[in-house]
Amino acid sequence: MEIINTIVRQFRSTFIIDNRYKVFLTGFKNTMLITIVAALIGIAVGTVIAVIHNIASQKQRHKNLGGTLIRLLDKLLTAYVAVMRGTPLAIQLMIWAFVLLAGKDKLTVACIAFGLNSAAYVSEVIRAGINSVDAGQMEAGRSLGLDRLTTMRKIILPQAIKNILPALCNEGIAVLKETSIVSLVAVVDLTRASDLVRSRTLLAFFPLVSVAIVYFILVAGLSSAVNRMEKRLAKSDRG
Amino acid sequence: MIEVKDLQKSFGELQVLKGITTTIEKGERVVVIGPSGGGKSTFLRCLNLLEEPTGGKVIFEGEDLTDPNADVDMARRRIGMVFQHFNLFPHLTIMQNITLAPVHLKMKTQAQAEEEGRKLLTRIGLLDKADTYPDMLSGGQRQRIAIVRSLMMNPDVMLFDEPTSALDPEMVGEVLQLIEELAKDGMTMVIVTHEIGFARRVASRVLFIDEGIIKEENSPEKFFTEPKDPRLQDFLSKVL
Repeated sequence: MEIINTIVRQFRSTFIIDNRYKVFLTGFKNTMLITIVAALIGIAVGTVIAVIHNIASQKQRHKNLGGTLIRLLDKLLTAYVAVMRGTPLAIQLMIWAFVLLAGKDKLTVACIAFGLNSAAYVSEVIRAGINSVDAGQMEAGRSLGLDRLTTMRKIILPQAIKNILPALCNEGIAVLKETSIVSLVAVVDLTRASDLVRSRTLLAFFPLVSVAIVYFILVAGLSSAVNRMEKRLAKSDRG
Repeated sequence: MIEVKDLQKSFGELQVLKGITTTIEKGERVVVIGPSGGGKSTFLRCLNLLEEPTGGKVIFEGEDLTDPNADVDMARRRIGMVFQHFNLFPHLTIMQNITLAPVHLKMKTQAQAEEEGRKLLTRIGLLDKADTYPDMLSGGQRQRIAIVRSLMMNPDVMLFDEPTSALDPEMVGEVLQLIEELAKDGMTMVIVTHEIGFARRVASRVLFIDEGIIKEENSPEKFFTEPKDPRLQDFLSKVL
């Protein structure tokens, strides 16, 4: 009986007393917000980086200003990807928060920092997906008079998406878990919420285990959603 | 229709085309034969700039396509191409495959394109496949769909890059037959092939490309019966 009493007391003290569950809710909301916005930024910017790379890597028949500019842009983006992948995310986050965007709303800053970091990884995922599509597909599209961008949009990317999706899902999961370092710049996410409650109640079990369970459920949900999507894609798209 | 002047193409150190000059007139059916690696496919792919020539000119209807300011996309609408490996779009149905380009390029409305698509599919006997996907079809059917996809653009000239080389033997006939029908309709075409009998039947002129140059060109009668170049004599003795 003693143990049950302890559990109930600890649970009440972690979640009920002083409406502490509200701290967790705020944390949950911020974790979700940062993850979703960062993932969207990552996919958008990452796709643009991959497409620019693809265009620049083609043999340029135009030795004109446009061709030179896009190759220069591609070099800059390659360096950007190297920096994003070559430095710790925690450091990047703090550089955004305390140097580049000092004084700005920290939640916005966190979305930007995680999003632009994710974009580097997403661009590699999409690049590999584009390369997985047979070169004959681009040739067929171009031979019909479609320009490179249209062929990419209508023919290459729809086929690449099947190879991209699983890796993109893993990237989404990584972003979700990485957001747990956002307390470094004083944003209350799920992890920070558990910290706050733990330091107040001096009880470790419920705050930590409960947020671990929440993270796990989110990751499992994301995985199974993508599994279903993959199955549907396999059904409608043959080849 | 297409004027080729001293066409050269190198891949790095390797020079594949070493100066090819020829003119393809409207209504001609030019068949290109030659040993593998001799440059015949590269020659064909340079005609619509799928390969970018490293020297010389390709002039289509008076426009030099090798000029950096040439509108190559516009020229490609009028130059159909059929590939060895068909290159149908596997994520689209047959009808979507053949209507995508003309509709997207605003040459036809979706309704017009589908109507014309149905006509062409009926002609090749594959109307019932309109809503299936390419991987449901045999190789011969896929290649005939690929030909229809090109025809949907109402091209002025069609390029065939070994259109039957990837097919099982029993499917070669149906594809060659369709190409011969187009030839009878007066379509201008350039065909790279290993099918010598077909070349004899369909060609108005035959080119022998080997070691990056045109070694011999002639009417099919003279080309096959009185070959002059020793390499061509050797080649024909092996394939005939």
